[in-house]
Amino acid sequence: MSSLLEVEDLDVHYGRPGAAGTVKAVDGVSFSVGRGRTLGLVGESGCGKSTTGYAILQLVRPSAGRVLFDGTDLCGLDTRSLRRMRRKLQIIFQDSHASLNPRMPIGDLVGEALDIHGLFPGSARAGRIRELLDMVGLAGHLIERYPHELSGGQAQRVAICRALAVEPELIVCDEPVSALDVSIQAQIVNLLQDLQERLGLAYIFISHDLSVVRHVSDDIAVMYLGKIVELAGKEEIYAAPAHPYTKSLMSAVPVPDPDIEAQRQRIILKGDLPNPADPPSGCRFRTRCPVAIPECAVVDPMQYPLAPGHWAKCIRLAAKN
Amino acid sequence: MALVQSPPPVASPRIAGSLRLAARQFPRHRAAMVGLICLALICLAAALAPWIAPYDPIQIKLSAKLKPPSFEHWLGTDHFGRDVFSRLLYGGRTSLSVGLLVVGFAFVLGVPLGLASGYFGKRIDNLLMRLVDAFLTFPPLLLAVALVGLLGPEIQNVMLALGLVQAPVLARMVRGSTLAVREDVYVTAARALGAGPARIVLSHLLRNVMSPIVVQLTIVFAAAVVAEASLSFLGFGAQPPQPSWGRDMSEARRFLGDAPWMFLAPTVAIMLCVLSINFMGDGLRDALDPRAWRTRRTVTQAER
Amino acid sequence: MPLLSVRNLKTRFATDRGIVRAVNGVSFDLEEGEILGLVGESGSGKSVTALSIMRLVPEPPGKVTADAMTLDGTDLLGLSEAQAREVRGSSMAMIFQDPMRSLNPVLTIGRQITEVLHRHQKLAGAAARRRAVELLETVGIPMAEKRLGAYPHQFSGGMRQRVMIAIALSCNPRLLIADEATTALDVTIQAQIIDLVKRLTRERGTSVIWISHDLGVVAGLCDRVNVMYAGTVVESGPIRELFRRPSHGYTLGLMGSTPRVDGSSARRLTPIEGMPPNLIDPIPLCPFLPRCRVSVAACQARPPEPRQFGAGHWASCLADLAP
Repeated sequence: MSSLLEVEDLDVHYGRPGAAGTVKAVDGVSFSVGRGRTLGLVGESGCGKSTTGYAILQLVRPSAGRVLFDGTDLCGLDTRSLRRMRRKLQIIFQDSHASLNPRMPIGDLVGEALDIHGLFPGSARAGRIRELLDMVGLAGHLIERYPHELSGGQAQRVAICRALAVEPELIVCDEPVSALDVSIQAQIVNLLQDLQERLGLAYIFISHDLSVVRHVSDDIAVMYLGKIVELAGKEEIYAAPAHPYTKSLMSAVPVPDPDIEAQRQRIILKGDLPNPADPPSGCRFRTRCPVAIPECAVVDPMQYPLAPGHWAKCIRLAAKN
Repeated sequence: MALVQSPPPVASPRIAGSLRLAARQFPRHRAAMVGLICLALICLAAALAPWIAPYDPIQIKLSAKLKPPSFEHWLGTDHFGRDVFSRLLYGGRTSLSVGLLVVGFAFVLGVPLGLASGYFGKRIDNLLMRLVDAFLTFPPLLLAVALVGLLGPEIQNVMLALGLVQAPVLARMVRGSTLAVREDVYVTAARALGAGPARIVLSHLLRNVMSPIVVQLTIVFAAAVVAEASLSFLGFGAQPPQPSWGRDMSEARRFLGDAPWMFLAPTVAIMLCVLSINFMGDGLRDALDPRAWRTRRTVTQAER
Repeated sequence: MPLLSVRNLKTRFATDRGIVRAVNGVSFDLEEGEILGLVGESGSGKSVTALSIMRLVPEPPGKVTADAMTLDGTDLLGLSEAQAREVRGSSMAMIFQDPMRSLNPVLTIGRQITEVLHRHQKLAGAAARRRAVELLETVGIPMAEKRLGAYPHQFSGGMRQRVMIAIALSCNPRLLIADEATTALDVTIQAQIIDLVKRLTRERGTSVIWISHDLGVVAGLCDRVNVMYAGTVVESGPIRELFRRPSHGYTLGLMGSTPRVDGSSARRLTPIEGMPPNLIDPIPLCPFLPRCRVSVAACQARPPEPRQFGAGHWASCLADLAP
């Protein structure tokens, strides 16, 4: 299966290069997403997952690296070409209400997406808007409502609707369900999956919630302090996580089953997230890692392959091999 | 923290545009309604001056000079025997039209400046704001006087000068609002869809900074009316025997003891005008907040 | 005798859309040393229940009534505002979701802790400082002495929540209420905080009401669970019982829509369609009926009554969901 999106050594650095206090929000991130597949990007706050998503869409300018969409590098594009490419990659945000202009009615919000790219002009416009709303499960009479009159779930459906209007091939979903109630989360997650099946969409699903990510992703990348520390297919990463951070993360996720919870051995990480402007030398995770050794302070681990499609950045793993 | 979250109400299908919704909100603000009605009456009276003024405002009749308010002359007469009420009505035409034109001019000049500054930032922002700063260092009235002195005392020049003086203030305010709104998520969302700068500025930014702009414009209006009065007072603007509230106030000073009505009439008129506009501004500010745009009060079963 | 006894708690708010029945007849007991979970989604009334118990509901526009609401024998409803202030912080304490909003950003942490100590335990000066340092150490904040002079924004989210816990537990309350206390925290930090709360409350015999929408957190922490929907408790039971045999349509729906890291990943989530009811219109039948997948004919005819399903396990559901 050919890759729809290839991200190579993506960097997003804030501050002057080399100067003290430079924040490497995204550092050397590489992965690929196939057509119609979902990559889950997980990590805790400050890991750079959202910034990665924004950088792929060029909403934040990467400092270095390449973002190859269908062979074209988005990083070098001029404004006009980039605008054309924007049809193919879309994004939905965490705060559904904030992503909709509060002074525009829903119909205009969806219509705007069509107008920007000149799709369905004239008499076909109204019909297409209704069609799109129907695709995300919204009733037609919502066209005249304003965002604040909608619930969080409905607002998120509108956001998805706008993204679909331009007929994209890939959608970056930045914590799309984190702010919603559990039952509504499930509605939106199912909707996204239905749309993927119908339209062959690829997703990059960014979330801190490992439980949700498990249900939607084909592959999962775990991020910590700007770097991907492990990447694997969804079965492996939950069944046999290799990186110490991934293991700790998995052990911390609560499971809605009291019997399982009573037995669980949690790997509690010590301390707090280090200052991103002054990360630890060598492996960034070493200050909290339960299995760190002195060498970890010196070597910045590379991708150690563990199985086809599964690698992790930890020198302890290389030693085992 | 919202203590209670109930799902939003279902509205009837005949929902209006944002303006109509705002208009529905407006009447709830009593002071604003009073202001609106008051101002409307003043404007109406001024507009209909040629038909409702009982006397010719510039007709001198020395035999009737400095007469107190009576049945024949509702607000008395001035030192030339002219009817104060008629002069008030005609004077209103001058003052109010100055107000409106100044608002228009300040809007046309100040808003695009502020938007451009706020949206593009960096060098353009720097350049424009330094220009604005230059203007703002001058006391506004003195600047207006200087400009009028340069161009001549006609009323058009007064309007130009006042507009030029108000525009920088508006620009600065618009720039501030634009900077704030520019970082909102829905602007990023529009960018992600592929919207260009024109669409972003006009569809998204402008709409969301309109509220403070409208409120500021009411202040500009009030300031312009007062400024015109001040300038006329000083001898610029409307030339005699043209009626003008400011000019009449100036001439009435000498007769304050003998004929206080001469002074009071234009003064009270200006006060009423400014107060009405200010109250309206409050109401407008509230009405333009989309969170207040509640549709019909019926609350029905939630939909999907 | 239970530590906390609530009978028929009703909390209403007057809004210009009508009277909102945020809490509509909630009854439960909380034993000493018990950790009770209060589970539900937005609009279920769980937070308002807690605020009502804490006497933090502003009246007007709210109005709190109950047949009984007693803590350790004290009638909470009958307290005057001044008396309620005495009880708050000393006998019962609450921690909230966003510690940044509950901590005063312009006061040092030390000052905020000693303030509470001074108010309820009349400690001052050096004695108060010593106790404050002790408390910070108890909740696992390193270099506690130095940290007394720090401001809230200098702490991470997890640290701030620990400070909140320290403040809440400073006067050894009988009851601790935690309202979505770990929802805003990263999962690894959440695990730390839950561990901490469990340990401290067990040590001191504090009873806890843990409010959450997260079934996983509740499964790992609580002894009993009350499931709330539309302002009422729809199911209640011991933790294992409830998870093994959910007996209310809503509980079942909630479990079906909750994603899990274990088990089959091929499982599609089963969402609960629709939205919760508005709390203004009266609800003659079961409040969950419009969204329920397992309703029976009887549900259309009459409102449900609580039915017993096991020891200490009841649910207001007419359907029989036993597997």
